[in-house]
Amino acid sequence: MSRLLTLLFGRLPIGWLQLTHSRGRFFAAVAGVAFANLLVFMQLGIMGALNTSTVAPYAMLDADIILSSEDGNTLTDDGHIPRARMYQALGVAGVMDATPLFIGNLPFTLEDGSSVSLLSFGMDVTKPQFSASSIAPVLSKLSLESTALLDEGTRGMPDSVVEELMSGGRFVFETGGNTLTAIGTMDVGGGFLADGMMIMSDQTFLRVFPSRTSGAPNHILIQTVDGVAVDTVVARLDAALPSGNLRIQSMEASASNDLAYMATERPTGIIFGFGVFMGILVGLVIVYQVLSTDVADHLREYATFKAMGYGQPFFLGIVFEEAIVLAVFGFIPGFFVSMGLYAGLVSVTGLPVEMDASRAILVFLGTLAACSLSGAIATRRLANADPAELF
Amino acid sequence: MNDAVISTRNLDHFFGTGDARKQAIFDINLEIARGSLTILMGPSGSGKTTLLTLIGCLRDVKDGQVHVLGHELNGASEAVLVGLRRRLGFIFQAHNLHESLTATQNVTMGLQVHGHGDAVKQRKAAHHVLDLLGLADRRDYLPASLSGGQKQRVAVARALVSNPEIILADEPTAALDKESGHTVVQMLKSLGKARGTTTVMVTHDPRILEMADRIITLEDGRVISDELQ
Ligand SMILES: Nc1ncnc2c1ncn2[C@@H]1O[C@H](COP(=O)(O)OP(=O)(O)OP(=O)(O)O)[C@@H](O)[C@H]1O
Ligand SMILES: [Mg+2]
Repeated sequence: MSRLLTLLFGRLPIGWLQLTHSRGRFFAAVAGVAFANLLVFMQLGIMGALNTSTVAPYAMLDADIILSSEDGNTLTDDGHIPRARMYQALGVAGVMDATPLFIGNLPFTLEDGSSVSLLSFGMDVTKPQFSASSIAPVLSKLSLESTALLDEGTRGMPDSVVEELMSGGRFVFETGGNTLTAIGTMDVGGGFLADGMMIMSDQTFLRVFPSRTSGAPNHILIQTVDGVAVDTVVARLDAALPSGNLRIQSMEASASNDLAYMATERPTGIIFGFGVFMGILVGLVIVYQVLSTDVADHLREYATFKAMGYGQPFFLGIVFEEAIVLAVFGFIPGFFVSMGLYAGLVSVTGLPVEMDASRAILVFLGTLAACSLSGAIATRRLANADPAELF
Repeated sequence: MNDAVISTRNLDHFFGTGDARKQAIFDINLEIARGSLTILMGPSGSGKTTLLTLIGCLRDVKDGQVHVLGHELNGASEAVLVGLRRRLGFIFQAHNLHESLTATQNVTMGLQVHGHGDAVKQRKAAHHVLDLLGLADRRDYLPASLSGGQKQRVAVARALVSNPEIILADEPTAALDKESGHTVVQMLKSLGKARGTTTVMVTHDPRILEMADRIITLEDGRVISDELQ
């Protein structure tokens, strides 16, 4: 290791040798950085799961533009708009087709007596082009009264039921006083939004939600004509439709607004953001402590090096070298332990907590930056190394 | 006197400020010839170390002039001072070795200050000097497993390895046994002959006095005697 670093730096890796010389301190520092990494990874993991589940329903849909009420903050919040907007929209140039989308929550009692909630989507089954390619082929089967597709990731759903459904079987269940028959599965994953999801025809939806009417869907999905920019159509719709209580957004904009809302306006998002901040702070303090004690302990050696003619860049180099060593050696265990905890979290909560490469790289770069910052603060102590005091 | 590598004119030095201001060096005028071995003597507190640190660019010269290797130190920039320090070799009373570096690595530090060279060559050079000082079998030891005398010899090797033009030593033989103290001074003396290396050394060791070219005695910050041998 020391040889390798010598080659890399073109000088003796003093920082590395110095850090590893006192084993106890080195391991404490590495453990500290790893712990800070762990904190940050866990917060980001849960935040990522929150984001994934916020936009998960979008994956079931295939549309370019979504018309929503201003009452709902996200796709799955309550809020209805008049179906008349759909007919008005169909008259706008560039709009190819439109369909209403109904959304509601259904309680579902599991075999063990516990109750979960199913986020239910009601769609026009004669327009499968508005649903994702994995769902579209089976959508027409939902024209059978009181049938639904059930999310295979539904929390608490017995494996036997899922297997039965996947092999073409059926599953009859009670929900809110109605009997529904699941005739197939889809793979969405409820995450934070609900315990599971369900798709049914708009007709079935209106039967199980008697208070809803066909004239007031939650959203209207629009597909545009090929070759016309989505933004252009959004602008035309803006001009053509009455503006009261109506939001017109491209699907992408709607999804990213939902994410922004969850991250900055909802307490969960803020709490996780704060957790990340705390993790970074813990890391900064630990690394600063270790590096500044290390500088203080070696003032005599540094003073000797100063007397020999080493300049300030050399000393800064040592401290930054130490910072980078701590970042790298702390990140590795932090990363692997986090992977383990992610797996644990997935199996316990069913949340879509996943490690992705960009997060790992981001956290690693952040660790490097935080360690370097701590190092930069610690170098202020270098000024105390006075070679005149050596004799 | 253009052969003088060190010269001082009207050199004073004060410690402290205000009421606590105290003069430690009074009007010192010296010229030290290239290749010579000069010994500084004097009672404790007479200013020997202070004079050495002034010459060695470790303390700022504020009153009077000090000329070292063609540079005036009074008012010199930090860059000039750092550059000069690289041409000097210091041997301190304490060894000041880096505890995390082996003997060879400590000595290598004396070379790397001149730039990042060929690591293999540097190791060879370090081994050569360590061998000369009788440490061939201690090359890869950490300071913690060396005796006091061995550590001091590693420190000597570190100062000598880069062939400095001037060696400044403050009681370097105090921690050495009789024989290795003699070896070290003998080395310094022959370096003076062979390469023109100039040595200024503070010592009370009577066995070394005989080997000096010149003995300067200080008292209360002034030169009270200056004898050529
Ligand atoms: N950093 C300092 N601050 C204030 N006064 C100092 C400082 N260093 C030395 N002195 C004073 O300057 C005078 C000369 O000290 P110096 O260390 O040069 O003596 P010395 O001849 O090396 O003595 P010794 O043989 O004990 O090492 C002394 O009176 C000492 O008290
Ligand atoms: Mg002294």
